[in-house]
Amino acid sequence: MVQALGHITIEMLRDMGRSGWFMLYAFYMMFRRPGSLVHVLKQIRFIGTKSLFVIVLTAGFTGMVLGLQGYYTLTKFGSEGMLGTAVALTLIRELGPVLAALMVTGRAGSAITAEIGIMRITEQIDALETMALDPFKYLVTPKFIAAMISLPLLCAIFDVIGIYGGWLVGVKLLGVNQGAYFYEMEKSVVWRDVYSGFVKSFSFGIIIAWIGCYKGYYAGHGAEGVSKATTESVVLTSVIILVWDYFLTSVLL
Amino acid sequence: MITLRNVHKSFGTQKVLDGLDLDIPDGKITAIIGPSGEGKSVLLKHLIGLLQPDSGAVEVDGESILNLRRSELNRIREKFGMLFQNVALFDSMTVFENVAFPLQEKTSFSKEEIRSKVLSALEDVGLKNIEHKFPDELSGGMKKRVGLARAVVLNPKIILFDEPTTGLDPIIKRAIHQLIKDTHAKFGFTAVIVSHEIPEIFDVAQNVAMLFRGKILQHGTSEDIINSTDPAIRQFITGSLDGPIQMV
Repeated sequence: MVQALGHITIEMLRDMGRSGWFMLYAFYMMFRRPGSLVHVLKQIRFIGTKSLFVIVLTAGFTGMVLGLQGYYTLTKFGSEGMLGTAVALTLIRELGPVLAALMVTGRAGSAITAEIGIMRITEQIDALETMALDPFKYLVTPKFIAAMISLPLLCAIFDVIGIYGGWLVGVKLLGVNQGAYFYEMEKSVVWRDVYSGFVKSFSFGIIIAWIGCYKGYYAGHGAEGVSKATTESVVLTSVIILVWDYFLTSVLL
Repeated sequence: MITLRNVHKSFGTQKVLDGLDLDIPDGKITAIIGPSGEGKSVLLKHLIGLLQPDSGAVEVDGESILNLRRSELNRIREKFGMLFQNVALFDSMTVFENVAFPLQEKTSFSKEEIRSKVLSALEDVGLKNIEHKFPDELSGGMKKRVGLARAVVLNPKIILFDEPTTGLDPIIKRAIHQLIKDTHAKFGFTAVIVSHEIPEIFDVAQNVAMLFRGKILQHGTSEDIINSTDPAIRQFITGSLDGPIQMV
């Protein structure tokens, strides 16, 4: 029992050390050999552009539900004019970066792990190594750069669509004054709010690429190994995003 | 010359290489034979640094390849080409892109030069008009030949073949063996072939080493191995069920 516990602890520590090294090496390669622009653009298309539909859909309904809930709460205090502020601040500071990151994790993070994992088990990564080529340059670094560029942009789109989702429900359906909705929002939202949202989404981009690539790169044997790595990747990325979000919020508040 | 001295390698509690010694001479075809699961592919991966031994020495042309920085290891790896057991073609690239990839990344040839070298390498392995196809549109034998074209396109000094004919029909098998002999005669590389194709491999290789229980049991010319009196080698060559090699 004690031996098994010790073995698990050692394995966990080894895995943490290896994943830490993995991220550091990815950053080192980013500055030393960032890979071709074509590889990076392909990844931006995959991680960013192809996530647009799910981001727009999620953002629209998130904004709409915030409009509904916010209106219900604010009317109790006679402050429904503050609805725009409530929707905007909730989205820009918190829900925009977090939900956009979770959506990209489900759509692109899992695919990154599966793609690299399949390349691992079919020896395509070994083939790169035998050609004296660094797999990070082709498989990892472009995904890191693409995720760091795509996530803040997706977050911005999420925020805008969400705000208009709130406007649709609050102003068009529930009758909140349109001037108040936007005027109060403009008055309350400051650069620091926007900045904190972007810092969050930028760091979430790093987390998605890091865990997605790492889990794929060290996937176990066969289809089961890739399947396990993909599941672990999505779960771990989601958990780390939420934990890291708490720490970042406490620093950036 | 590739030299392995007292190489030990275990995976967990399973000992795969147990004090292995082997010299692979330059410019010849050396075959490593032995029963399945004895660690032939593991041995091959040690030669190119894809696996590191737990202890012992691995040298390529007198240079140790152990515990090197990646850049130093890559300098040595530039001498190698490798044909993997499952070929390991990049499945998101066409045949042309697969063979062109090492040229694009490792040389400064123009697009036209790369195109001509790729088509010439494909022609050398008997393939024409398939450069636009993806690996999953090819048969097993065609994939092996594309893999061989990719392995020879940079004209490496050493080529490693990991079970190049496993899973192929007898005619394709013979064709691949002939192709290895022909390309070897043309380019003069050092070849290391992991195989359990008995007796065909004796016709292809000039040297044969038998791996058994983590050690090289005997290393010599094909004739030496064919005429060996060692019971394990005799059993392996004749395919007898009785002898020191036990079915797992």
